[in-house]
Amino acid sequence: MLLEKTINELAEGLRKKQFSCENLVKECYENIEKYNKKINAFITIIDKKTALKNARKKDKTLSKASSKLHGIPFVLKDAYVTKNIKTTSASFVLKEYIPQYNATVYQKLLDAGAILVGKMNMDAWGHGGSSENTDFGSVKNPYNLERSAGGSSGGNAAAIASRMCVFAIGEDTGGSIRNPASWCNISGLKVTYGRVSRYGTIAYASSFDSVGPMAKSVEDLAIVLETIAGKDKYDATSSPNTVLKYSQEMTKPIKDIVIGIPTEFFGKGLEKEVSDEIMAAIERMKTFRVKFKKISIPLFDYGLPVYYLIGPSETSSNLGRYDGIRYGQERRFFTDETARRIMIGTYALSSGYYDAYYKQAQKVRTLFIEEYKKAFTQCDAIIMPVMPTPAVKLGELLNNPLLNYLADIYTVSQNPVGVPSLAIPCGFSKEGLPIGMQLVGKMFSEDLLLKLGYHYQSITDWHKKSPGLISK
Amino acid sequence: MSKKTLLTKEEILHLAKLAGLTLSESQLKRLPNDLSSVIEYMSKIKSLNTTGVKETTQVTNLKNVFREDVIEKERMFTQEEALSNAKNTLDGYFKVKAIFNN
Repeated sequence: MLLEKTINELAEGLRKKQFSCENLVKECYENIEKYNKKINAFITIIDKKTALKNARKKDKTLSKASSKLHGIPFVLKDAYVTKNIKTTSASFVLKEYIPQYNATVYQKLLDAGAILVGKMNMDAWGHGGSSENTDFGSVKNPYNLERSAGGSSGGNAAAIASRMCVFAIGEDTGGSIRNPASWCNISGLKVTYGRVSRYGTIAYASSFDSVGPMAKSVEDLAIVLETIAGKDKYDATSSPNTVLKYSQEMTKPIKDIVIGIPTEFFGKGLEKEVSDEIMAAIERMKTFRVKFKKISIPLFDYGLPVYYLIGPSETSSNLGRYDGIRYGQERRFFTDETARRIMIGTYALSSGYYDAYYKQAQKVRTLFIEEYKKAFTQCDAIIMPVMPTPAVKLGELLNNPLLNYLADIYTVSQNPVGVPSLAIPCGFSKEGLPIGMQLVGKMFSEDLLLKLGYHYQSITDWHKKSPGLISK
Repeated sequence: MSKKTLLTKEEILHLAKLAGLTLSESQLKRLPNDLSSVIEYMSKIKSLNTTGVKETTQVTNLKNVFREDVIEKERMFTQEEALSNAKNTLDGYFKVKAIFNN
């Protein structure tokens, strides 16, 4: 199957005319037709004829100067606006919304010659970690159809795992790329805040939202990142820092790197199977020039309150614009979970509670930034779990909001700080469910994280495994 | 911690009004408990000493990002485009409920 190949292999094969963009896109649609009914990863599937026509055009225009992403099929979380293509954020509030312009990340991929095949299912507005809080039916995990694919970018992860596309663009506000990546055995990168433009991203919490790639391997993530990163005049928070050639940087040897193991992240609540696989990964990584060191992040327990006070506060403000005037549907179409987050935010921002909740959370956010800075004086990267357990059963978290939020404990503290984090596969549970780990780095250290991930994947093959669903 | 709900039905209704949300009967039944349990958990943040700590509102380290004050025609919507997702329009305008009395 062509879709088992890396972007580098595909780019080479296309150039050597071993196969065509049309072959590749056709294969995506074959898999979509076979598996999407089972996993419900898509909200919008781009018309097959249109995509194939596009692919044939790409076959004709392929040249020496073409990007490696030329002719490569991809999908977008349905949180990115796409001109003339329905964009819903998985909410009936935007059921019929047809954007009049393109998100920067989408435009950059179009400019590189990549081919969009679909807009993906997710937790509505990014509100959730299981892709069940959606008005389009929950996403199923390709490794076990009774389990969640994770969220909020669950459709992305499920589609990559089922080989319906080569890569995807997710959005991570408190784990939304890393969580589904780890539950579906793929790789995902939450970039440094501002590394990729947010222009045209439907906002959840604007000071946390980060746009990033998801793919089968770290090697693929690097190629996508170097295409989408950079300053955008339409997003004042996008960073002017130089975009590195990540795909070249990552292949260089690792030199004397220290990785911190934060004690608090391996304590109560973490399932033993997950912890064991990460410890095994640590042992494997010792074969590189990497040293491991126990560190402490005493504020760990306060990550959830910081996230779940500031995130909902920002979302209550951001979602204020859906007034039924410019986008069609009324506010009564918000799901229960979205209503809860808007209400929590409204509470934290309301007079009498503002100082004790919102303002206090913003102060603790400062303490978190200092704490991560302090940790990075002792190490270059930090290793930690992504999720406390492998994929949960569908419905398990849906009706208990607090329990639902507690599952995010390892992924919520990086977004308020802004630091990047790479989620990669590191094993399977006894039941055959994927387990992931994350490597967190200093601001703008994507090059180091990708290098560590690339080298790790060069000695392991977890990331090459695909679900039984597609081999049957 | 006490089992008593932090938020009453009346407070929920007030919050919903502030947030511009109309709640269904079933939402109204569950929300006092749901929100109270979440807010009670998040309240532990109050116990941290933050005297003298400044708030962080954004993490870009950027200040005063300016752009030229010029019109970019290529990014402008036509009137038709601007109204293309609106359900209620009149003579090329958004139609909304009156907010002033005659």
